[in-house]
Amino acid sequence: MKKLRRTMLFMPGNNPGMLQSASILGADSVILDLEDAVSLTEKDSARILVREAIKVIDYSQVELVVRVNPLDTEYGLKDIDVISRVKPDSLMIPKATEEQLQNIDEMLTKVEAEEGFNNGSIKLIPIVESAYGLENVYSVINSSKRVVAVLLGAEDLTSDFGIKRTKEGEEIFYARNRVSTACRAARVDAIDTPFTDTNDYEGLAKDTLKAKSLGFTGKASINPRQIDTIHSVLAPTEHEIKHALRILQARDEANEKGLGVFSLDGKMVDAPIINRAITTVELAKILDLI
Amino acid sequence: MKINKIAKAGTLESNDILIMVMPNENGGVELELESIVMKQFGKQIKKTILDKVQELDVDNITIKAQDKGALDYTIKARMQTAIERAM
Repeated sequence: MKKLRRTMLFMPGNNPGMLQSASILGADSVILDLEDAVSLTEKDSARILVREAIKVIDYSQVELVVRVNPLDTEYGLKDIDVISRVKPDSLMIPKATEEQLQNIDEMLTKVEAEEGFNNGSIKLIPIVESAYGLENVYSVINSSKRVVAVLLGAEDLTSDFGIKRTKEGEEIFYARNRVSTACRAARVDAIDTPFTDTNDYEGLAKDTLKAKSLGFTGKASINPRQIDTIHSVLAPTEHEIKHALRILQARDEANEKGLGVFSLDGKMVDAPIINRAITTVELAKILDLI
Repeated sequence: MKINKIAKAGTLESNDILIMVMPNENGGVELELESIVMKQFGKQIKKTILDKVQELDVDNITIKAQDKGALDYTIKARMQTAIERAM
């Protein structure tokens, strides 16, 4: 069955209590963070703690992602070398460039051979959080076959642009479109930037809906309390499911009559509409909604 | 392996352990442990700390640890960090 990546929950890498509870909070993916959530003086400590945690804690029910430090810092390469040896599902790479992803890919191939892991088993999730990354997102994705998703990091991106980040998010409208289009074209998941006001659930729902309507498949979260809201927005509505089921039923009837195109409720139904209905029904089945 | 200076790792938050290590001028390994679960797990925590010292082959070390309910993996990680920082 297809694994969902609707919510990716950030957890600070130097906090044992949070590392222990990360997998039971309901998120589809957990991101153990060695970057922004860890102070410069604790980078060594967090790296070792996360490595030891992955060795003993059962993360099998979630996608286990570790966000390493950027490769242009003194910590990035060491993070990748130490963490890849305990085989997380994916590594999240901040401010990734094509060249860096190619280098990481080679590094991982070497580690996988040394450790006896299947080649290509450790995946990559680059973060688009700079003007360069945004402009080159499609080629960044295609620089390694390991890339399975892209996270849009709007805080750093707007900082790189020197513009203000707002709750409404008009300033990232283009970035969202650009990232989601590239992700769809490359057939990888598009993960939206976190909503940073953890007490505003209405705002979170609106922001998630906006991302969903632009083609994002998931959203990062920075607090477990955000998970239910994001999941409820990303799930198909009852109306959408019913409509999708009716389309598929009408398709079956049309097929029996040998019709390629047919109409339902006075509207033409053709392949794209049928495909969307199939996607909706598949998702609803995965979520136990039908 | 020899440590040369005083170093600390960990915190006093719940589920964590704060470990301080320093060279032991008297020679050998000395361990002082405080734990909120001393009665139940004191022996096990000491063993985990001492096993790590042995694994890293460190002699002449004094260890002071304040445990706030850390699991074994945390104790091992903090111990390794403290020793690496003390070298």
